Amino acid sequence: MNAKPKCSDPVILNLWHAIVAFAELRPNTVYETVLLEEPVSFAIDSAQTPVAWRSQPAYRAGDTVDPARVADRLLTLSAYGYVWICLGTPAADIFPIPEYFEAKRRNLNAATIGVHVSAPRAIENFLDMGHFPYVHTNILGAEPHTEVKEYEVEITPDGNEVVATRCRFYQPKASAASTEGGDIEYVYRVPHPYCSVLYKTSHVDTARLDVIGIFIQPIDQEHIRAHMLLCLVDEDNDDVAIRRFQLTIFGQDKPILENQFPRRLPLDPRAETPIRADKSSVAYRRWLAQKGVTYGVIPAAT
Amino acid sequence: MSENAASRWHPIAAAHDVPYRHVFHGQLLGREFAVWRADDGFVNVWENRCLHRGVRLSIGINDGRELKCQYHGWRYSNRSAGCTYIPAHPADAPARTITIRTYPVAERYGFIWSCLDPVTEMPDIAALDQKDLVLLRGISVNAPADWVIERLKTYQFWPTNALGEAAAETVVEGSDEFCVTLRSSRNGAQTRAVLLVQPVDAGRSVIRGALDAAPAGKERIAVLRHHNERLSALRDEVERQAAAQPAPIPIEPVYQPVTPELAAMPERAPPGRNAALRVVVARKWRAGEGVAGFELRAVDGYLPTFQPGAHIDVHLPNGQVRQYSIVNAPGETASYVIGVKREPDSKGGSQCLHEAVQEGDVLAISEPRNNFPLRRNATRTIFIAGGIGITPLLAMALALHHSRFAYELHYFSRSRDHFAFPERLGVLGDNLKPHVNLSPETTEARIRELLAVRRPRMQVYVCGPGPMLDVARRIAAEHGWSDSEVRFEYFRNTRKLDDSTGFEVALSRSCITLAVSPGQSILAALRERGIAIPSSCEQGACGTCIATVLEGEPDHQDVYLNDAEKRGGSRIITCVSRAKSARLILDL
Repeated sequence: MNAKPKCSDPVILNLWHAIVAFAELRPNTVYETVLLEEPVSFAIDSAQTPVAWRSQPAYRAGDTVDPARVADRLLTLSAYGYVWICLGTPAADIFPIPEYFEAKRRNLNAATIGVHVSAPRAIENFLDMGHFPYVHTNILGAEPHTEVKEYEVEITPDGNEVVATRCRFYQPKASAASTEGGDIEYVYRVPHPYCSVLYKTSHVDTARLDVIGIFIQPIDQEHIRAHMLLCLVDEDNDDVAIRRFQLTIFGQDKPILENQFPRRLPLDPRAETPIRADKSSVAYRRWLAQKGVTYGVIPAAT
Repeated sequence: MSENAASRWHPIAAAHDVPYRHVFHGQLLGREFAVWRADDGFVNVWENRCLHRGVRLSIGINDGRELKCQYHGWRYSNRSAGCTYIPAHPADAPARTITIRTYPVAERYGFIWSCLDPVTEMPDIAALDQKDLVLLRGISVNAPADWVIERLKTYQFWPTNALGEAAAETVVEGSDEFCVTLRSSRNGAQTRAVLLVQPVDAGRSVIRGALDAAPAGKERIAVLRHHNERLSALRDEVERQAAAQPAPIPIEPVYQPVTPELAAMPERAPPGRNAALRVVVARKWRAGEGVAGFELRAVDGYLPTFQPGAHIDVHLPNGQVRQYSIVNAPGETASYVIGVKREPDSKGGSQCLHEAVQEGDVLAISEPRNNFPLRRNATRTIFIAGGIGITPLLAMALALHHSRFAYELHYFSRSRDHFAFPERLGVLGDNLKPHVNLSPETTEARIRELLAVRRPRMQVYVCGPGPMLDVARRIAAEHGWSDSEVRFEYFRNTRKLDDSTGFEVALSRSCITLAVSPGQSILAALRERGIAIPSSCEQGACGTCIATVLEGEPDHQDVYLNDAEKRGGSRIITCVSRAKSARLILDL
């Protein structure tokens, strides 16, 4: 039962990883997925309590199951509308997103999308503003407003998060109410090597911030499922419209990510050519190297 | 795969796979290529990876002159593969060394050829050396090249003029590791087929074939179908064989690391007023009244990448050094084009170029430098050119025109005959606004009209004679334009220089203190102590020799810095400016 894990990176193995949104699940039904190259099965009971185990022939996807009767369970956790599991020994609690619990917010899983790329490449793309005019043309950016203005990046004193602040980028339609473009402000957090949370000026109430979380499930070193959590101030648009918008955005990123080589994120500074706009990705890469992450990256030669 | 494979030239595409404005995804021995044809016909074979974030350039946009990466819009120039623009930082000229790895290319016999590790030029292939070749469709095979070659030696086909007849005889005329030449004959009808196998990866190949007989119309289609059917059957057979064996491990592509300088944000160009390049005057012509056009081609290799607004130093046969803006449009990289106005009061620079320099002459020039970079993040750009000041602005206007940005080029000149480069101006259409034969007063009034309405996200570039620039500068200030919205380029510093002072300069980084005596420039004093600092015009106009002031009060005598920069006192143009304080501390 305790076979040697396929992932030999203890940092990644000991983390919690989101594998599915509760909203996608029917109770007492077996589902399957893959995490860190291990086939994993899971189910929830009628009280929404998750149970997960390494896949075995006795339980096939779609089977009806009484989760309480499954033996040899994996560690599970419920957070932010997702089932999280850990294949190693959890080193820390799940990171906080206080806004999730605020009143008058819409929380929903916008989408879960498979992408042929490593988890860190997807996180880096999530942190990047420079591609807005080119990849999300006329939505999140538009030529000629291509400048990435100076912003701040720091690693929190406890070393647990990379935080980028004072990020501003020109957006063609700054808010739902406005017809003019203008600068939108962003804050990015990377509280987990494979997860990131962004805060951006709300379309509806410019005094408040929408929150978007991306939780990457590593299938293997070069395949992921990206789970997108929305935590919005928006009360006007329906779920379908909101999901369609986020799917459009992610659908534009996917072909770019799948054409990025090497697929694993290179941590050697000389592998690629950073510019000042890439301060946050430079900090993220250094942070991964300092943590000793080796899964999904190409470590720098020492 | 044999060691010869890397040093051998292979076909990587059919010529018709590379039409204009398209990017073809090629691969050879595990390396991916972005293959694209510029509007001037040149075929570029590049490593298929943007140097910024590794995105394939084969999904980029070929605009005919440059290849633009889909991810962040970085632009790379035809031929040289140098980066010309980084949209995230519109005010910075990209470091010239950001250059995609290129591979050699030959377009012959209907194919595009390349080589990973060339030791020779593309050799002639006698069997293909004729006019009427019929190219077969490229057939991809999931099998190693040597398996495909072995099987092709037994390929049987009918001669082109005897399709469908029984028992044609096909014999091997010649073969090597990647090529089989076959001849099929029956009753006097003969066809030769040259079948090349492109080793795509350890376990993947493409068969590229050519026939020596070229039938037309329906017959041609019948011949193509004949080979397509037979080669497809052959493919299936080889693939079945290959599938029974363990798949060869794909060749791991090797990505060269970027230089340590590029691993950090690139800064300024390397120092020196040296003439690193040798060019031939390929063409000299009358580009307008009193203006000579020069087309300068590299003596060997490619010319370095330039950006709109860049200039070169031309080292003249008479020993003088003069600066000229590059007029070229984006991607026009086979040569640099400059325009030289004959100056009546010339010290001999323009006269030398007009009279002494002829087509075929070799000139020494510097690499292009850009102290007048074009920002492309404004919604509207106004160019105001006076006389020969058209040259940098024409390059800028062509760049914006090509990218379909909104702009106007106002050209002030004595007459239409005085317009330089009319054929290039013609490209701009209605965006060109001529202002001819105006008095200084009317000129001032026109400039006042142009600068009267200031809108956000609008920018203005002005280049022309000193008095016109002074007027434009004054009007811009009156209308509240900031220094970042209006940029000026003087081609000469006409101010009277005062070099009567003596003072001390301390260099904070080098821990050196030196005395600058009357009559000597800071630049000259630095050079005397062996400190290399780049320079170009050496008269306070171009900005190349700029330095940062840490302490002390500069005595600005240049025309490069704007008023705010001069008031700020943190920058100094070392070729002409001096010190009001007894001591200056520079960040050198």
